[in-house]
Amino acid sequence: MPLRPILSSLRHHKLTALLLMLQVAVTCAIVCNVAFMISERVGQVTLSSGVDEAALSMLDSEMIRKGGNPQAQHAADLAALRALPGVTAAVAVDSLPLGDGESSYGACASAEDMAKAIAAHSMMQSGLCMQPAVFGGSPGEIGALGLHLVEGRDFHQDEYMTGTEVPTAIISKALADRLYPGKDPLGQSIYSGADKPIRVVGVVGTLLRPHLRESTSNQLAMIYPMLPNNAQVTYLLRSKPDDRQRVLRAAAARLFQVNPDRIIPAENMRTFEQMRGDYFQRDTTMIGLLLTSALGLLFVTALGITGLANFWVQQRTRQIGIRRAIGATRTDILRYFQGENFLIVSAGIVIGLLLAVLLNLILMAHYELPRLPLFYLPISAAVLWLLGQLAVLGPAMRAARVPPVVATRAA
Amino acid sequence: MFGYYLDLALRSLKRNKVLTALMVLAIGLGIGASMTMVTVLHVMSGDPLPGRSGEIYYPHLDPLPLDYHKSEYGPDPGVNFSWPDAMALVSAHRAERQAAMAGGHLLVKPERTDLRPFYVDGHYTTADFFAMFGVPFVHGQGWAASADGAREHVVVLSETLGRKLFGSADATGRMVRLNDTDFRVVGVAADWRPQPLFYADASARVFSAADQFFVPLSAALDLKFDTSGNVSAWSSFDGDMKSPTVTWLQVWVQLKDSTQVAAYRQFLIDYSTNQKRLGRFERAPGNAHLYGLMEWLDHQKLVPADVRLQLWLALGFLLVCMVNIVALLLAKFLRRSGEVSVRRALGARRRDIFQQMGVESMVIGLAGGVLGLVIAQVGLWSVRRRPDDYAHLAQMDPSMLIGTLLLAVFASMLAGLLPAWRACRITPALQLKTL
Repeated sequence: MPLRPILSSLRHHKLTALLLMLQVAVTCAIVCNVAFMISERVGQVTLSSGVDEAALSMLDSEMIRKGGNPQAQHAADLAALRALPGVTAAVAVDSLPLGDGESSYGACASAEDMAKAIAAHSMMQSGLCMQPAVFGGSPGEIGALGLHLVEGRDFHQDEYMTGTEVPTAIISKALADRLYPGKDPLGQSIYSGADKPIRVVGVVGTLLRPHLRESTSNQLAMIYPMLPNNAQVTYLLRSKPDDRQRVLRAAAARLFQVNPDRIIPAENMRTFEQMRGDYFQRDTTMIGLLLTSALGLLFVTALGITGLANFWVQQRTRQIGIRRAIGATRTDILRYFQGENFLIVSAGIVIGLLLAVLLNLILMAHYELPRLPLFYLPISAAVLWLLGQLAVLGPAMRAARVPPVVATRAA
Repeated sequence: MFGYYLDLALRSLKRNKVLTALMVLAIGLGIGASMTMVTVLHVMSGDPLPGRSGEIYYPHLDPLPLDYHKSEYGPDPGVNFSWPDAMALVSAHRAERQAAMAGGHLLVKPERTDLRPFYVDGHYTTADFFAMFGVPFVHGQGWAASADGAREHVVVLSETLGRKLFGSADATGRMVRLNDTDFRVVGVAADWRPQPLFYADASARVFSAADQFFVPLSAALDLKFDTSGNVSAWSSFDGDMKSPTVTWLQVWVQLKDSTQVAAYRQFLIDYSTNQKRLGRFERAPGNAHLYGLMEWLDHQKLVPADVRLQLWLALGFLLVCMVNIVALLLAKFLRRSGEVSVRRALGARRRDIFQQMGVESMVIGLAGGVLGLVIAQVGLWSVRRRPDDYAHLAQMDPSMLIGTLLLAVFASMLAGLLPAWRACRITPALQLKTL
């Protein structure tokens, strides 16, 4: 298609065309970064926790009278919960992936590493030790959570105890890879400040920690055969997915029957999905907002293109008529406006992509956003081209319908 | 002349309804989106104590050891005070008023049998708290300074909690059971909820619930009540809350004028110097600082980074909308070259043309502003429906309403500036010839 006539005609609308180009550029820069932010957040929100979320629900119980024997109470509660119809497993746990509380301990592969890390006042800094989250729970926790042991075995009954001086631990694959690279993790020792090193007896695949950090530490976690020993405990229930709300209500009622002297906070009686939703609530808000503003921006830019094209078509009705009268086909006219739009949008996209990278650099400095992957650039360019062509299609078709006879009429 | 221009503008806008609608929609969307976020930011960074915040200060000491590295994930222990430091500042009485405080989470056992025990949030504090922050009382009053020393079991309830427990507004003199200890109600405070809850520990959910109770800090410590804020220790911690290496308290002071502020600042430095001499502090005494209330809120970064990002996004959106309007107005005004030239030929000055175009931009701005208000209300409504703790604050006050309209008119006038300038530069002769 001949671009020269388009260019020379654009020279008469320099300022307007420039403004449209600027609008496309800013839109391109913002949309590119927003799309990246959305995908980052969606990646967070959809992280797999490694547990069988669809079957799990939980509730907290706190005994009002302090003292007493928490373990005996937990045992009695669990027996009652397991007897409920619909409950296939019930365990007492101290924390859960994406849950409210997290306890993390320094964990090193050797006593020397531990000593070095302590001397450096930092577990992570030295690179020798990790700071995994520790999950404790009553026997059967692995099964109830639906975790898959990729290596080794579950805990034996006699390994369970209260406190952190446990003999054995099951660790996540990610932690095993970081602590014992290239070695078989089974039988290795974890040094974590306890008197005796802890022996690794099993490895589970994916297991998310309660509070997410950067992506490389999200899966650093260990499970201890550590019985919850507080007045406050979380009971994890396994049941059919669509039976969970009923099971939760029945469980709360049953626990009050076992011992009414307790508090079961209503806001913590929830399914795993609800807990996940609560954890990622800000991210989902942000995804919604980002999505709305990106679509809004594209919409406004499309409006601008359509509006301006409309104008130009009206303004040039007579010229179009003349062109038609001297032999231009409807397709020629259509192509002319499409070509014009393509030129302006392309120029906008070129500036926009530069702006996008610049904006990303600013965001990286202020909001700890990672670097924009380059494949976002061609995608957003394509989206804007498409948007421009769609927006100009209406006015261009109207232009193509201008009859040649217009040429003979006065302006 | 204004009336005539208005008439011209309306006629011109009516002539091309679709385009007018597009422009109004663009400015409406831009204004709506940005005002939604500006409103959220405005309510979040607002003054929690209007009229009083200028006199309220947060002292800061630096008791951390030299080799202490702040954890990347954990809270900064230097933000709070240890018991000895807090008590030293409060008992020194160097400010008009001063109070130490910590958040608490207590179990309430109602006398009424139809209520199950429940937890409430509140603060443990010292006597000056109420007068310093101007807490309004419905009945009774705060406790006297002597109650702090005597570790008396007295409590100030919020009106809501008083009503819930006793069914009547005046609960003074009644007994409340908090964590298995009976407390005598000495005052009922009106539901007082500064937004944000500036005096709370920074890790608390500062935009959510109001405090339901206040009890003397000394009594709470005596009864080993747990604190709900951060408790940070930098050497071995055996649960002794009075340890000098455990920070968990906040201290606020009231200072009337700049001489008092300067004197207090010096007092903090002298105190730190003294502590360093005693071997307790290791860092430079000059690290001691006195923050004004608003400065402190800024320093604590109470506004989540997400909200700031949203604001920038909304402003970017507004920018695109503005560029859009500039382009459309430019096209629109230049298209009327003929009309403009006739008016110019008939004696209209450039200024008149400029004014006429300005009025037209203003009309678009007003219409866009009204639409923007509607869109902002929809936006705020959807923010309020979110469960985030600040969401319920997202309301527009009258000043924001007027601000929105003004911003819309200002933005569209600004957008109309370049097109109007171009329009009044049109050379009449050239245009008239082609007519």
